[in-house]
Amino acid sequence: MKYTEDHEWLRVDGDLVVIGITEHAAEQLGDVVFVELPESGTQVSSGDDIVVIESVKAASDIAAPVDGEVVEVNDALADTPGLVNADPLGSAWFVKMKVDDPSQLDGFMSEDEYNEMIA
Amino acid sequence: MPNLNRTPLHDLHCELDARMVPFAGYELPVQYYDGVLWEHLHTRASAGLFDVSHMGQVRVSADSLEEAQLALEALVPVSVLGIPEGRQRYGLFTGDAGGILDDLMIANRGDDLLLVVNAATREQDIAHLSANLAGCSVTPITDRALLALQGPASETALAALVPGVAEMRFMDTSVLDWNGTELWVSRSGYTGEDGYEVSIPSSKARSLAEALLASEAVIPTGLGARDSLRLEAGLCLYGSDIDTTTTPVEAALEWAIQKARRRGGERAGGFPGASRILEELESGAPRRRVGVLPDGRAPIRAGARIFREGSDDPVGEVTSGGFGPSLGRPVSMGYVETGLSGTGTALEAEVRGKRMSVTVADMPFRPPTFKR
Repeated sequence: MKYTEDHEWLRVDGDLVVIGITEHAAEQLGDVVFVELPESGTQVSSGDDIVVIESVKAASDIAAPVDGEVVEVNDALADTPGLVNADPLGSAWFVKMKVDDPSQLDGFMSEDEYNEMIA
Repeated sequence: MPNLNRTPLHDLHCELDARMVPFAGYELPVQYYDGVLWEHLHTRASAGLFDVSHMGQVRVSADSLEEAQLALEALVPVSVLGIPEGRQRYGLFTGDAGGILDDLMIANRGDDLLLVVNAATREQDIAHLSANLAGCSVTPITDRALLALQGPASETALAALVPGVAEMRFMDTSVLDWNGTELWVSRSGYTGEDGYEVSIPSSKARSLAEALLASEAVIPTGLGARDSLRLEAGLCLYGSDIDTTTTPVEAALEWAIQKARRRGGERAGGFPGASRILEELESGAPRRRVGVLPDGRAPIRAGARIFREGSDDPVGEVTSGGFGPSLGRPVSMGYVETGLSGTGTALEAEVRGKRMSVTVADMPFRPPTFKR
């Protein structure tokens, strides 16, 4: 698992990258009540807002950490947005992306580095 | 947090693992361990304890109570003289142009009036009262905390400590003793639930909070749940849903202006902005505060513009919005042109550049459970 400074995690799954947010981020957001996901097939650049998370308190954007194509989105979050709080590292993944340049993944933090950042 | 006031319950909040945030110049809990959703639902099902000590408590007195009541009527469109002893009433400070300077509670305590005003507007309210209430003393109460216990289990939980509260009805106010401590209690709140607001000397506030929290029925609740509860109850947040640019009629608060202060009443007018407000009471205002129910699942928050379906000219704006945990759906309120304010009117709101279907709805979204 790799981590971004924006509290996203990335897990390599074959030639795809699965993207979600960390437990720390989910806890900071509070109870999530709505998740808006992009369309499959959307081509995105690193930094583009691809997901909107609405908690009881506020709306937050999640940016694409890498360039590539969104090939699958987690439709379960539409019906059960609370998964983001219940299981942020597992069943509450947001999107799977086909990454244009796999070397982009090298720049992200390890789990230890991420834990140090939020400590 | 630097430069922020703390309430007498600050240490207790921290010990209860509250997430503290700045609010109206105070450091206050937005939520505790279980989170906003749970605190909201628990308040509706049982009882929640809120620290509202940031709100301003102000005593107004004069040689006679009637003198104080009549003096205050010069600043509010409310029949203050009509508030019986032991009762309180919702009120508004209005400005010369008819806008709302603040909303407040006015209690008749027999010898004096006790006002509860918003934290962000407290200093300006006190200055306004001091400058304009001829012959009255205006005394800010700075040595008392204010706790709100809200929800259906409130009566049982508070009556276990202070039996006299059980006899009170909605909007009653009473001075009661708790182990030698004088409590100023009203049966009221900001959630649409039955419940109480209790003013207590600051030094005793923690003991009372702990005694209430010792009840299994009561959990601590923060500003997050306070906001979602009042939104479902259709209650205005000053600074968001009402302010100096909204009149009482636009804000659908006509019910706060009693007959005695309207045209033809015994003490008609005589408050700031009366000419506009009295006219609007009879002829209506160009826009109106309404409930706005998103048809979809995305919350539509303050600032979202409202349109007729398929039109690009805005006809209104959302002033409060979020998720309503008890309704399991998003809820908003806002202003629309009066011609579009009818229940069931289909409109659109713009969220992140996209149009979302919404429907004008009656408020409160959830019927209140007051003990009348």
